[in-house]
Amino acid sequence: MAELDTSGGGHKKGPGVKKGKKLSTRVDLTPMVDLGFLLITFFIFTTTMSQPTAMKLLLPDDKVKPEEQNKAKESGALTILMGADNHIYYYEGQLKNDASNFLSASYNGENSIRDVILKKKAYVRSIATDPNDPEHDLVVVIKPSQYCNYKNVIDILDEMSINVVKKFALVDIFDIEEQLIKKSDESAVKP
Amino acid sequence: MGRAKLPRKSTTIDMTAMCDVAFLLLSFFILTTKFKPSEAIAVTTPSSVASKVAPNKDFVLVTIDKDGKVFLTIDDKQKRELVANSLNTTKNLGIDVAKFKAASFVGASFSGLNSFLSVSEENRKGDVLKGIPCKDSTDNELVVWMQAVNEAYAGAKMDLLLKGDNLAKYPSFKGVLTAFKKNNIQKFQMVTNPENAPVGSELYKKSMSGEKQEN
Repeated sequence: MAELDTSGGGHKKGPGVKKGKKLSTRVDLTPMVDLGFLLITFFIFTTTMSQPTAMKLLLPDDKVKPEEQNKAKESGALTILMGADNHIYYYEGQLKNDASNFLSASYNGENSIRDVILKKKAYVRSIATDPNDPEHDLVVVIKPSQYCNYKNVIDILDEMSINVVKKFALVDIFDIEEQLIKKSDESAVKP
Repeated sequence: MGRAKLPRKSTTIDMTAMCDVAFLLLSFFILTTKFKPSEAIAVTTPSSVASKVAPNKDFVLVTIDKDGKVFLTIDDKQKRELVANSLNTTKNLGIDVAKFKAASFVGASFSGLNSFLSVSEENRKGDVLKGIPCKDSTDNELVVWMQAVNEAYAGAKMDLLLKGDNLAKYPSFKGVLTAFKKNNIQKFQMVTNPENAPVGSELYKKSMSGEKQEN
């Protein structure tokens, strides 16, 4: 490290001649550099944080007649439902009457919804008939319940762009699904 | 045998150059930093992988705070005037247009709008205000607001932003969506914090291969 040079030059003068003290003009700059970099780190962090981004969302037109709406193939449909306390559920195709295909997942970690989406994607690709557009049939239906929060919705919409799902829709939930979520949420809280 | 002595070199380094660089960078970052203006409505936005920077002028912003209360911000003062005038004629509210023009955001029901405007700007804080009622499908006042905004922006391009808090419940978000849909607004943007695509995901691979992101 840089240190203050205090040796003051080492030439010897004759005996009895007093040294005129020569003070060095060198200053130790290390603390100044330290401070400089500390401030730089601070400002680097604040600059990135103050730039919010915008995520685009297109809503479907409600007024279109049901016959003209895009129909989803059962084999390619994945429905994701969001419940309270970051619980997340999904089912493939149509919900069975006994709700046996109503499964739970998580936002990250084990059994994450990303894996579910990727698995579904791989499945749709494997049964695709059109080789030019193998993911044509994949439709993800997002149904947020009244118990979930805004972050959950954004997380799932974000998951769509992370996994490059081209077709997805934000759809109102059915009563029966809402009841299922409520029941599962309650049972999940208990040990 | 006499060994050749290696001259001892000083470990001292001249720090001046490093100091110069450090402070050059420092001044650059100081100058480029834009601090967020303190906001009356405290909102923590969720993060997303969207990379497009949100427009910061001439926008119409709908804010949902953590309790699900909805606020409306119109950036353009001329448009504010148009909105106030149209609401005065259609709803007969008797809004003080000058005061409405000065207000940075609105967050009250139609019946409470005049008392909202009589409060000074500094005292309009998100935690005290009631917000625009929109949770109920029968009493969604945001529909009327968006209609007025739509009229004010007729023909011009409108940057509609939605900024929600992490903890806001879905029903208020849905109320806002309903208000947009009823006015045939199908396109809007949601304000989020930037985040990198998770390593290994498809988007990550795409961005690594240099493909441009759509959103």
